[in-house]
Amino acid sequence: MKGKWLDETFRAFAFFSTLIGILVLCLLLADVLKDGLPRLSWKFITSFPSRRAEEAGILPALVGSAMLLVLTALFAFPVGVAAGIYLEEYAPDNPFTRFIELNIANLAGVPSIIYGLLGLEIFVRAMRGITGGRSILSGALTMALLVLPVIIVSSREAIRAVPKSIREAGYALGATKWQVVRDQVLPVAMPGILTGTILALSRAIGESAPLITIGALTFIAFLPPLSLKALQSPFTVLPIQIFNWVSRPQEAFQANAAAAIIVLLLLLLSMNAAAIYLRNRFQQRLE
Amino acid sequence: MFRNQTLPPVDPLPEAYEPIVKIRNLSVWYGERQILGDINLDIPRNRITAIMGPSGCGKSTLIRCLNRMNDLIPGARIEGQVLFNDQNIYAPEVDVTELRRRIGMVFQKPNPFPKSIYENVAWGLRIRGFKGNLDEVVERALMQAALWDEVKDKLHTSALNLSGGQQQRLCIARALAVDPEVLLLDEPASALDPIATLKIEELLREISENYTIVIVTHNIQQAARISHYTAFIMWDENRIGRLVEWGPTRDIFTNPKNKCTEDYITGRFG
Repeated sequence: MKGKWLDETFRAFAFFSTLIGILVLCLLLADVLKDGLPRLSWKFITSFPSRRAEEAGILPALVGSAMLLVLTALFAFPVGVAAGIYLEEYAPDNPFTRFIELNIANLAGVPSIIYGLLGLEIFVRAMRGITGGRSILSGALTMALLVLPVIIVSSREAIRAVPKSIREAGYALGATKWQVVRDQVLPVAMPGILTGTILALSRAIGESAPLITIGALTFIAFLPPLSLKALQSPFTVLPIQIFNWVSRPQEAFQANAAAAIIVLLLLLLSMNAAAIYLRNRFQQRLE
Repeated sequence: MFRNQTLPPVDPLPEAYEPIVKIRNLSVWYGERQILGDINLDIPRNRITAIMGPSGCGKSTLIRCLNRMNDLIPGARIEGQVLFNDQNIYAPEVDVTELRRRIGMVFQKPNPFPKSIYENVAWGLRIRGFKGNLDEVVERALMQAALWDEVKDKLHTSALNLSGGQQQRLCIARALAVDPEVLLLDEPASALDPIATLKIEELLREISENYTIVIVTHNIQQAARISHYTAFIMWDENRIGRLVEWGPTRDIFTNPKNKCTEDYITGRFG
């Protein structure tokens, strides 16, 4: 009798614990939607920031976030996948490899602001000649470092999930390691790798701390030029814009912040949806 | 035909064969554990050799030595020689990829690539930069593997939609497409139903005119049904696999020299 009572109590406790997470999320969403939805319009998305809240928009922040996302992916994806391939397929099982593996796992847990400090020292200061200082290039390189461990780990997991029998089939036909990896292992692992990459990038797009550290601006009244110079131009991103508006005392700016949060959430949700879609396709293919 | 017979229809005389592979004093270790000890065995050209023995006696390990698939297993170590056309395949100058092209392999569980039927067969040629008519080679390989009629209308659909037996024949076609001299089969029918098994046995008999076939089996009847030669492997008191005897299948089954072989084929084993 007593056992059953305990069982029921625990069940109820677990149920309410689950509810807390969802409830808080719903409250947050409701609050943001209430404040932000009336402010959300095409004009809000295509306007530059302004001292007057009702004229301000998020165009430079949105463009900055998009550019940062693309550039980060461009840097982090090839390096991360290559490192994953090396560790899974080529690396000998020795203390040095295990040391690298352990460190990559640890790097994934390093606070993002540390990456910001690293980026400030290396990309903004030491590599000023290439990056142009506090530029979008410095931001993307910093973000690439931030997401790299996650991409490496998820690439390794996706590559490891490819059945050994497929590799054996390839080798038995007289294929080289590179041919087996390129033609058989990678195509099967790719949806898993992409899923991990997208999830890592959606973390990056919500980050603000490392970008503030490397000196992203909060007020940008122009778009980057349509040339390579764009890489060296100053930038801002959505989370920084939101942070900036939230810290203003006026009510109207709070509404702006809420509206910008809605845009950021939509961006994140669509990225996660893409990740889920890819994972489902992956599972179907393995059947 | 031969399917209802317990004995093979043709059996060449022992002196009539010409060995294509000669295994000499071969021992294999996985880490500290010795799997095979001092194996000496000839594989006759264009004949079917069955390697028979109880599960876990090292049969699979033995054929994996013939195309150096054991290289892929960490901690595997061999001593002795495997001579393929009189060249030691473990010599340092041997190109392993070329060796594996000439000595193909089919595995216990069908393992088609998750690609189309056509791509499964064509890939082995593609990676060698094959310049001829790919369609022709794919068709010929699928015909040899007795699969063409079943798949000719769906060559570009996924190989994973085929039945287990069809998948295994596809794996045979894939191995044949690169024109090997020897085909190794590691219990190719153990995951298949009896009908699919018979189909594979039939096709092996057909292609044995042009290919040397080594088939590992723990199934005594299968060895008797399809092979020209049989080797019997058994572990010794230290659990190390040893070759007990080998010779023409007819002799092994009607007149085994070793008491152990007789016990195994009559089912009195263990």
